[in-house]
Amino acid sequence: MTLTQQIITIGLCALATMLTRFLPFLVFSSDKEPPKFIKYIGKALPGAIFGMLVVYCLKGVSLTSYSYGLPELIGVLSVILIHLWKRKMLLSIASGTVIYMILVQLVF
Amino acid sequence: MTDSKSKRAIRLKALKAAFPKTLPILAGFLFLGISYGFYMRVSGFSFFFPLCMSIIIFGGSLEFVAVTMLLSPFAPIQTFLMALVIQARHLFYGIAMLDKYKCTGKKKLYLIFGMCDESFSINCSQEIPEGVDKSYFYFFVTLLNHLYWITGATLGSLIGGFIKFDTTGIDFVMTSMFIVIFLENWLKEKRHISSLIGIIASVVCLIAFGKDSFLIPTMACIIILLALFKKPITKGDEAK
Repeated sequence: MTLTQQIITIGLCALATMLTRFLPFLVFSSDKEPPKFIKYIGKALPGAIFGMLVVYCLKGVSLTSYSYGLPELIGVLSVILIHLWKRKMLLSIASGTVIYMILVQLVF
Repeated sequence: MTDSKSKRAIRLKALKAAFPKTLPILAGFLFLGISYGFYMRVSGFSFFFPLCMSIIIFGGSLEFVAVTMLLSPFAPIQTFLMALVIQARHLFYGIAMLDKYKCTGKKKLYLIFGMCDESFSINCSQEIPEGVDKSYFYFFVTLLNHLYWITGATLGSLIGGFIKFDTTGIDFVMTSMFIVIFLENWLKEKRHISSLIGIIASVVCLIAFGKDSFLIPTMACIIILLALFKKPITKGDEAK
């Protein structure tokens, strides 16, 4: 990517963000109820998007060549287990990352 | 003279009320911001990138994803759509804050600009103490959070320039973050249909379209499936 393309990419991210933040204030006045389908999508969408983002993070993992996705699998499971055990967001993220780094640097 | 003095007193009072509410965010944003800045630096970007991005985007998840986008081939439409769906939840924060941000005057523009998850959750949930100016309270919560994030991101990228240890695998910080967010959401929801739709649609589209072009079909599938499964997903919600 050239610098111009990078600037455009960042600009588009900012533009999309601002669109999602400003749109409700531009479209709805505070005494009018938003449409039902919008409200429904608003409640249902986050779960699906978070799922998509997890898959997005793991998109480069190859199951057919060496390491076979094992470090990622162990990393993912550690994050889940540590999080279910302590329910401390930062602890789960930090320890999961460290475990994964140890795995890819020293084990696999 | 007395007017500007009393104005300063109002601001100070609002700042004093807002600051303690943002302390957990200070810890969280410094940690995540430093990780993000560090990750950007070891991915080859100067501190100027995280500094600018944390100022103008101010949205953690998207900024992490943007690192991958910046390292991939230029794809403006995919970038824009991806940013839209990642940030789509703000639409609903906005709807929830229509009333609260109604009479905030000139500050309203900045309040909306800086409405990240954390600023929203504080401003939406906190009871503002008697005698504290509401619009200044909202303003300082948003501003402090913004400053924490900018500081963390910039600090992380500066540290990233000095540290010389092997950083292979540091990108897993983003994966871990999304797993935790996904898991928290999973534990909160009554039915997991939406979460499962997200995972299954992404995996199917990843296999079908390949890793460089599966996002747009995935987003389309998610919206269609959510519309189709509206009944089972909302079932039980109405009873409550």
